[in-house]
Amino acid sequence: MAGFVLQRLFQSLLILLGVSIITFVLLYWLPADPVRQIAGRSATPQTVENIRQQLGLDQPLWAQYWRYLTGLVQGDLGRSYLQKTEVSTLIASRLPASLLLMAGAIFAELLIGLSMGIIAALRRGTTTDQSLMIISFIGVSAPQFVVGLLLLYVFAVQLGWFPIGGYGTFSHLVLPSMTLGILGSGWYSRMMRSSMIEVLRQDYVRTARAKGLTRVRVIFRHALPNAILPIVAMIGIDIGIFMGGIVVVESVFGWPGIGQLAWQAIQRVDIPIIMGVTLVSATAIVIGNLLADLISLLIDPRIRTR
Amino acid sequence: MANSVSTDPDIPTTIEPGVIAQFARRKLALFGLFLVLMTLCAAIFAPWLTAFDPNEQMFDGLTLQGAPMPPGEQFVLGTDLLGRDLLTRILYGARTSLIIGVAANGLALLIGTIIGVTAGYFRGWIGSALMRMTDLMMAFPALLLAICLAAIFQPSLWIVALVIAIVYWVQTARVLYAETASLAQREFIAAERTLGAGHLRILLKHILPHLVPTIIVWGTLGISTTVLLEATLSFLGVGVQPPTPSWGNIIFENQTYFQAAPWLVFFPGLAIVTLALAFNLVGDALREILDPTQRGRD
Amino acid sequence: MKNLIATTAMAICIALPAAAESYQPDPNAKPGGNIVITYKDDVATLDPAIGYDWQNWSMIKSLFDGLMDYVPGTTDLRPGLAESYTISDDGMVFTFQLRAGVKFHNGREMTAEDVVYSLNRVTNPKTQSPGAGFFWSIKGYDAVASGDAETLEGVTAIDPSTVQIELSRPDATFLHVMALNFASVVPQEAVEAAGDDFGKKPVGTGAFSLGDWTIGQSLVFAKNQDYWRDGIPYLDQITFEVGQEPIVALLRLQNGEVDVPGDGIPPAKFQEVMADPAQADRVVEGGQLHTGYITLNTQMPPFDNAVVRRAVNMAINKERIIQIINGRAVPATQPLPPSMPGYTDGYAGYAFDPEAAKAMLADAGFADGFETELYVMNTDPNPRIAQAIQQDLASIGITAGIKSLAQANVIAAGGEADQAPMIWSGGMAWIADFPDAANFYGPILGCSGAVQGGWNWSWYCNEALDAKSTEADAIVDPGRADERLEMWSEIYMEIMEDAPWVPVFNEQRYTMKSARMGGADALYVDPVSIPVNYDYVFVTD
Repeated sequence: MAGFVLQRLFQSLLILLGVSIITFVLLYWLPADPVRQIAGRSATPQTVENIRQQLGLDQPLWAQYWRYLTGLVQGDLGRSYLQKTEVSTLIASRLPASLLLMAGAIFAELLIGLSMGIIAALRRGTTTDQSLMIISFIGVSAPQFVVGLLLLYVFAVQLGWFPIGGYGTFSHLVLPSMTLGILGSGWYSRMMRSSMIEVLRQDYVRTARAKGLTRVRVIFRHALPNAILPIVAMIGIDIGIFMGGIVVVESVFGWPGIGQLAWQAIQRVDIPIIMGVTLVSATAIVIGNLLADLISLLIDPRIRTR
Repeated sequence: MANSVSTDPDIPTTIEPGVIAQFARRKLALFGLFLVLMTLCAAIFAPWLTAFDPNEQMFDGLTLQGAPMPPGEQFVLGTDLLGRDLLTRILYGARTSLIIGVAANGLALLIGTIIGVTAGYFRGWIGSALMRMTDLMMAFPALLLAICLAAIFQPSLWIVALVIAIVYWVQTARVLYAETASLAQREFIAAERTLGAGHLRILLKHILPHLVPTIIVWGTLGISTTVLLEATLSFLGVGVQPPTPSWGNIIFENQTYFQAAPWLVFFPGLAIVTLALAFNLVGDALREILDPTQRGRD
Repeated sequence: MKNLIATTAMAICIALPAAAESYQPDPNAKPGGNIVITYKDDVATLDPAIGYDWQNWSMIKSLFDGLMDYVPGTTDLRPGLAESYTISDDGMVFTFQLRAGVKFHNGREMTAEDVVYSLNRVTNPKTQSPGAGFFWSIKGYDAVASGDAETLEGVTAIDPSTVQIELSRPDATFLHVMALNFASVVPQEAVEAAGDDFGKKPVGTGAFSLGDWTIGQSLVFAKNQDYWRDGIPYLDQITFEVGQEPIVALLRLQNGEVDVPGDGIPPAKFQEVMADPAQADRVVEGGQLHTGYITLNTQMPPFDNAVVRRAVNMAINKERIIQIINGRAVPATQPLPPSMPGYTDGYAGYAFDPEAAKAMLADAGFADGFETELYVMNTDPNPRIAQAIQQDLASIGITAGIKSLAQANVIAAGGEADQAPMIWSGGMAWIADFPDAANFYGPILGCSGAVQGGWNWSWYCNEALDAKSTEADAIVDPGRADERLEMWSEIYMEIMEDAPWVPVFNEQRYTMKSARMGGADALYVDPVSIPVNYDYVFVTD
């Protein structure tokens, strides 16, 4: 077990190294010049060259990457070209907002997904079951920007229940979390439904019910605990999906997280920020996947041999 | 083909005749298929379904203050912020979505199949190198990667399809890897090998046919995902170039007005959801019918 | 004649614009109160050598001062940290007498050495200031820009309250340059203490000092109690809330929670606001030193043919484009915006006449039109405007494909001689750095900008006009200012004849304020402080 974990950790580091190389090369190829953005429109060619030298952008690709990597292993993500601030400071100031949004999304998708799944399983074969499953299908078929804009229109503009975007209080969190979580809730409801059906078939549940335990108790004592581990494993994988989603959701709701930071940086080729956000996201995804794998291992140790 | 079926009778090859009948029994799947066909008709017959040109900015399509026209008699779904007929743009937008869905997803399937099958069949260092590559791709925040790629190549319809394929092939590769790996260990493959069959022959004649059901299932579900990705990229302004209508860029161009003119977001949004839902319904039904591991369950 | 020259020279020496200094603040103004301003984007930096967004520009103006300043709400220069100044007869030496007793926010008194340090700092390539190029006329600039020298040869502190700046070439815009944020005076010890983070810990002499900054959420400016202008500022505190969508900001304004939405009135709400007299009453409209234009690359066929460029000028329906942006602009006829000195009144520009344009194209040998590309920045409304332009071009047979790209990519394409045949400038357009006709020429229409990586995206280089612009800017005598403006007017008219640009519109500003905000309307459409001049506005409750 410990060996397996160590091996996976080592692989994860290699993956992150690969991500950093690929992103660095892609940004190097970007047909835009960050120095122009820094130097401004009144700069002479001489000033431009001077800044290019200072930033080391006149050096060959491998030398630039090597410099970035040596900084990276010392925990230095570099400085933003345009904001002249440590990238780590910028990310640190925005990461809490993104993490809060993700936590909200996980809560929303579990709440919606699991309850839909449980109800559908208990009402198996009825119209309720079918309608819920169609709803879950719509959930996985709706792009986040459409969901976000529609939720904003109905619940913020028309009904006025929630603010039209922004950040700060709990009510600001509700709509963005729902938007980000709705995709996952579709998958969770389907998974929960089949795992519930499976469990409800098991002998011990039948016995429990025969013993006169109420439905609610059966669900919470027997059915849920069995479904929990796969669900936690899935949350790990969700992180990858969230990392894509936050760019869109943060832009729709004006949420001050790392998605917005990255989006603005791409507009103005602020390469250190783009690198930083990509690496932070990739790290989160890798940790999520690692978590998912470890949990799968706990559930079924045979996985190791695969 | 007939030969290969006889060598390994225990696994279904290609599509069995019962599939169509099974499919026809599922109401939701048929509904999905119906929606797909509707969209296809909209895309093909767009010029005959509307009296307007999708790109014509009409003088009477805007109020004097520059506001769009609401749905009404002249413009059934209203106009957009440039005074173009919204219904016409949505109809023509179906072309963009379907082209991307087929092209991007087709390319992703091709890459995914080649990499997944090669890795699963050869295992060893080739296999693990290829699979580490997919792990690497999995670790990328897909949307950020797509945005960067779009910025490098400068978007057009085909570039957008290519970008989507580059970020999306990984899923297919992983699934096909697992399946090929388990197939490759089967006795009939070993038997073929001892008979002196070449790798290419085994791959094409014995492995690939067994993967067809999986490829069909992932191909169908993947269209839904690629349609959504295209819409998202276009919504961010880095997708299909104007004036080519795409459901995503219709919303991108009009979202500043969405409170005053919600139809500008609602109708194209509905179109995206409908098409994605349609392919998901069809794909899900196919999975349940074709996937041997699922069979007999529930 | 000789006599006349002598008297004008005298006039220069005691130049101290009386009218400018006599700005009378509102007699009803009363001190006190806090206001809330909102923005969507976070503030990048408050370092005056770095900040170059329209958003942080006015914030920096309130935190720092330069030797020169503008009369609030106008484009008229007045002395700032300099109490007075003299200009030598040949216009090459400026001597500034500093005000006594001006203190930085850290309590130290400002001296001539600080002025010298600040100018050396902003021009030093290590500072990476986007404004360094403005100081080209100071003697020794080239040596500093190339890294050969650390200090500007032409800038000296004669005594603690006198600074002398020697130029290498006469520059009529030099006093404007000294009023730019980039010329703000900063204290060396604070810059060095903050290291690379001076932009987050600014210390200046301005009317406000930075109180608190929560990155991504809010900034608080506190009144500088020791400000050197008596009674200024009025407000005790300004809170800038960032990350606020324009639409949210407007709703909060209507609820009385916000005083000025920094990003203006969102397009979808514009009509609604203007239709309601109670709200429209609180909207101040004003001109802006801005021109939106299409560049035509004069080195790429067929735009190397002036007839083709004139035809394109006649094909664009500017009224329709303005309609698309809710009428919040006026049609442009020439590069300079109407409120800029040097604007040619009475020039009607190219008339909108697609038929005539088509005939001209046919004469030039393009009866069947041609194919080309239009580059545009990919944020709304620019792709929409590009599509309107595309339709207009199609009407005279030109098929223009749209390349909608990130800002940086468009700028990079424009900086290559053979890449972008046409660029719509929206989102990157020229907003004047200082209110002078010369500011619309050099980098964007002069030969110096028509280089690889430059900003002259039409690659227009007319040596005769370059010579004329140099000649005009050598006129430093305020008595001959009209003559100089006349020359600039002629330069822009000749440019219109060559038609490297299609001037499309000049944006109008619409600033909305809460009911309790006081102060002249001009303060809310201040040409150099957007959205408002923070130092002079006040609250009435």
